[in-house]
Amino acid sequence: MKIEVLGMGCANCNKLYQNVVEAVKLSGKEIDVAKVEDIKKIMSYGVLSTPALAIDGVVKVAGKVPKAEEIKKWIE
Amino acid sequence: MDEKCLCEQNEILIFSCAGSSNVGQIANQAAINLTQEDMGRYFCLAGIGGHVSGMIESTKAGKMLVAIDGCPVSCAKKTLEHAGFNIDEYVQVTDLGIEKNHDLNLDLSGVGKVTGHLASRISKRRGVQ
Repeated sequence: MKIEVLGMGCANCNKLYQNVVEAVKLSGKEIDVAKVEDIKKIMSYGVLSTPALAIDGVVKVAGKVPKAEEIKKWIE
Repeated sequence: MDEKCLCEQNEILIFSCAGSSNVGQIANQAAINLTQEDMGRYFCLAGIGGHVSGMIESTKAGKMLVAIDGCPVSCAKKTLEHAGFNIDEYVQVTDLGIEKNHDLNLDLSGVGKVTGHLASRISKRRGVQ
């Protein structure tokens, strides 16, 4: 599984990244987490609102910062 | 390419049918004009129809959805509703007295009529929000 945090590095993007890291920790799984800050790559997902979160290439949320507990449900 | 941060919320999202008729092309150009007048942001209806996850999730983040259809076939409305979205502001170009035909030369007076109609409706909603 691969999780990508899509955003250009603003406060909300960083917050989402932290929540993802926390969710991964809570899940106890080994998951690859990456930040995607290149706008061309972000737009290639069809995302027009950030921060966004993609799991294995599927965007799960855009324009919001879900809590770690919510992200954990998507991982499990 | 516009490289500003995408964190700024797209509160008003505009979708048009862009169908292969005069009214479809008027709908499309009206969506472009409204975007250029800062009345909202033109979004990709095809992405909704194609269930592109990034487009779907970005649309969920919108506060108001505007749809413009050329004619009563209402493809934009049906596409959005099929994906589970509620439309807040809606117009059919033919309801504004423009007859459907297959002349694809853009009718600028028709575009002005649709743009003006929706600009007024959106402004009113912005005023009460």
